[in-house]
Amino acid sequence: MKKQTVIELRGITKRFGTKVVANKNVSIDVKKGEILSILGENGCGKTTLMNMLAGIYYPDEGTILIRGEEASIRSPKDAFRYNIGMIHQHFKLIDVFTAAENIVLGADGNDKYDIKLAKNRISAMSEKYGFHIELDKKVHEMSVSEKQTVEIVKALYRGADVLILDEPTAVLTPQEIDRLFEVLRAMREDGKSVIIITHKLNEVMAISDRVTVLRKGEHVKTVNTTETNEKELADMMVGQKVVLNIDRPLPENPEIRLDVEGLSLMGSEGNMVLDDVSFSANSGEILGIAGIAGSGQRELLESIAGLHHLQKGSVTYYNPKKDKPITFYHKSFERVMELANEGMLRYSDGRDFTGKDENGKMLSKKSIRAQVEAGEIFFKEDEVINLREKTPLQIRELGVRFSFVPEDRLGMGLVGNMDIIDNMMLRSYRRGKSFFVDRKAPENLANEVIESLQVVTPSTHTPVRRLSGGNVQKVLVGREIAAGPRVLMAAYPVRGLDINSSYTIYNLLTEQKKNGVAVIFVGEDLDVLLALCDRILVVAGGKVMGTLDARMAKKEEIGLMMTGAVRGEEEKQEGGSL
Amino acid sequence: MTLFFVSAISIATVLLYGCVGEIITEKAGHLNLGIPGIMCMGTAGGCLGVSLYMGGLSSPTEASWILLVLISLLFSMVFAAALGGIYAVLTVTLRCNQNITGLAITVFGGGATNFIMSFVDRTYFDPAGKLLSSSLPFADSLGGFGRVVFGHGIFVYISIALAVICAVLLNKTRVGLHLRAVGESPATADAAGINVIMYKYAAIISGSAIAGIGGFYYIMDYIKGSWENAATIEAFGWLAIALVIFVLWKPNIGILGALLFGACYIVAFVIPNITPTQREIIKMLPYVVTIVVLVLTSIRKKREHQPPASLGLPYFREDR
Repeated sequence: MKKQTVIELRGITKRFGTKVVANKNVSIDVKKGEILSILGENGCGKTTLMNMLAGIYYPDEGTILIRGEEASIRSPKDAFRYNIGMIHQHFKLIDVFTAAENIVLGADGNDKYDIKLAKNRISAMSEKYGFHIELDKKVHEMSVSEKQTVEIVKALYRGADVLILDEPTAVLTPQEIDRLFEVLRAMREDGKSVIIITHKLNEVMAISDRVTVLRKGEHVKTVNTTETNEKELADMMVGQKVVLNIDRPLPENPEIRLDVEGLSLMGSEGNMVLDDVSFSANSGEILGIAGIAGSGQRELLESIAGLHHLQKGSVTYYNPKKDKPITFYHKSFERVMELANEGMLRYSDGRDFTGKDENGKMLSKKSIRAQVEAGEIFFKEDEVINLREKTPLQIRELGVRFSFVPEDRLGMGLVGNMDIIDNMMLRSYRRGKSFFVDRKAPENLANEVIESLQVVTPSTHTPVRRLSGGNVQKVLVGREIAAGPRVLMAAYPVRGLDINSSYTIYNLLTEQKKNGVAVIFVGEDLDVLLALCDRILVVAGGKVMGTLDARMAKKEEIGLMMTGAVRGEEEKQEGGSL
Repeated sequence: MTLFFVSAISIATVLLYGCVGEIITEKAGHLNLGIPGIMCMGTAGGCLGVSLYMGGLSSPTEASWILLVLISLLFSMVFAAALGGIYAVLTVTLRCNQNITGLAITVFGGGATNFIMSFVDRTYFDPAGKLLSSSLPFADSLGGFGRVVFGHGIFVYISIALAVICAVLLNKTRVGLHLRAVGESPATADAAGINVIMYKYAAIISGSAIAGIGGFYYIMDYIKGSWENAATIEAFGWLAIALVIFVLWKPNIGILGALLFGACYIVAFVIPNITPTQREIIKMLPYVVTIVVLVLTSIRKKREHQPPASLGLPYFREDR
């Protein structure tokens, strides 16, 4: 039996600005009574494409046919007129309203406003599809799953025949996912069409009749689920390997620099954003982190940088201080005594420094200070610093040299309205004892960064907000590298950058690696990760799926791990890591 | 004692108009700090209407009560709505900062009112004030109780009616549901097919019109047509905005809240033998109470007692 086509997209193209092409000449169709999955990596244009059906965006080129007729969907209201309902990833519900109020909001404008009548209709519908819903419960008292149910009922209440769900399972528990799938199947039996936007292969296989794969805004292929398998889909998703010409020297004398053990972090929705994450980063090595966006990469870096309150786990920093004199630079007297009590310190002639003299009497604060300043006290071993529950400032005061290039450049990294000099000062404003800040050093640094990284800017006094994305990133990376880090963490440092700027950044990272810095690079382009990094840590849904040797790993292998379909084999790595 | 209640109710009425107007505006997600200026503007409009109407008659004694009420209502509402309209264009369409726009509107409204009042013919204010504040016919026969409950001009009862209508509208009708949705989450309302811009304009303009009546009532009824400058009315405007917070954005509670605020305000004038310092301290009571309410609601964090979620935020559909 041939199923009737409900929606047909023909040659849809959508651009944002002049550069970004979110969708390029995409043609797909949706049939009555089927579940269609739209599969692809983040940023491949899945959500944009569907938003054009929901009236959020309007296509630049191409036509949409609904039940054979050309349709112009310019607003969500138009979408409802064509019986299309979309459940967005961020629910569009009003917290202080009850479920029923949310459901009737904006619907049936002409009948009398009668919430009781509406409730009866909703109850009848819930029974038909097997929803569990408490109509008088306020949305802010609901769990994520309940909110999602309200969203689905809301769409159905307005007579949606086509239901689009954007990553519906992202925040649900396995039991809730099963229940959702039951409901979706019941809707399919009822002749409704369901479109699921997802990147989870197992769910695609479990629920959908057909799969449409998108990659970089383009339609790769649409296949019947029964005629494909996870491996094939993953291949389609990630595409052919592209060879990039990035210089990658072998790590020299890698030493453990940062050790993360069993890190767990709870998200605002009560779900685990990071679940028992363990890995280590070595000096002279680039550790890549691969994963679908939102799998916890951002939170992981922020946790290490001291921006989150962790549920569990430890973050340990190994400061390469063995046989080096201890200084007061960035360290307090208390820290010196702490190290002395741990037996970490010695005199230059090899005797232990314990803070006491030969007779076991405590040395005075003044004499200890004099000894430290004279450079007579040395570390016996590398300093081990526990970073858990430390604020970024405390971390810095412990002498930990972290640099962090956050994902959100103008939000967390730089202040958009300040000029380059002022932004350079964000890292050095605490130096010096004068009441007035020293503007000379940051100005020199700004000029240095502009020159060495070829930042295109009218002057050092231009607000960074007015620079192009690539130049903003160069300013940020330049500042972070100038701080002389031992650990450099960069999240999507080339996002939105053109090819030349990207290579500048890759080369900068490689240079840092050659200098013995432990570089952690969160990336989205697998080709880049495979060409730039030494090891790749793959995460999915806040869990570590495995660590791979970037010189040996296959792109498809990583793609499959990113979707959570398979765990990687035991760590395959070379060099002297732990 | 009767005088105290009568006066308290009069002040409460001024505040109630401002409060109801501001609640409607805030429910659409717009914090209109221009309310004091808008109340002034309503005063100017109403007074202009009165002088035009009375001036057109051969003798003030010919004035018809119902015509006077309607004309002054119309004028004060139109003038206030016009100023509210400016605020709406600036904050809804041009998405200016609501606080700054509101303060500018307040300063402008006060000035414009002083300007208009400088050329309005005030000879008829006295008879018009007497006519407008004339009580219901059976009030005096009921003694003190009657005077307190029925002894006011029609504007007192209009304000209560408006507060009740507003409460019903907000909580029991589709229009109210949509308006609240707009103020809580315009993106959600937009996605649900509600015309967000239209609701915002309608709420701001009608809210302003209602608030405007309050200023006019104060001049014509409470102080019986005497006029000095806009400062007093502005002060009531700020008090009305505080009242909105105090009654947790609920117009029906607004009636009681306005009475309490009115009583606090007037008690300073009726307590005998107090120094000016003590009087000013007592006059601060409403603000103190408002701060206490703010503290209590933010400690309890009950979601229903919070301001509309998108209050003060501009809405632009293509923002992501």
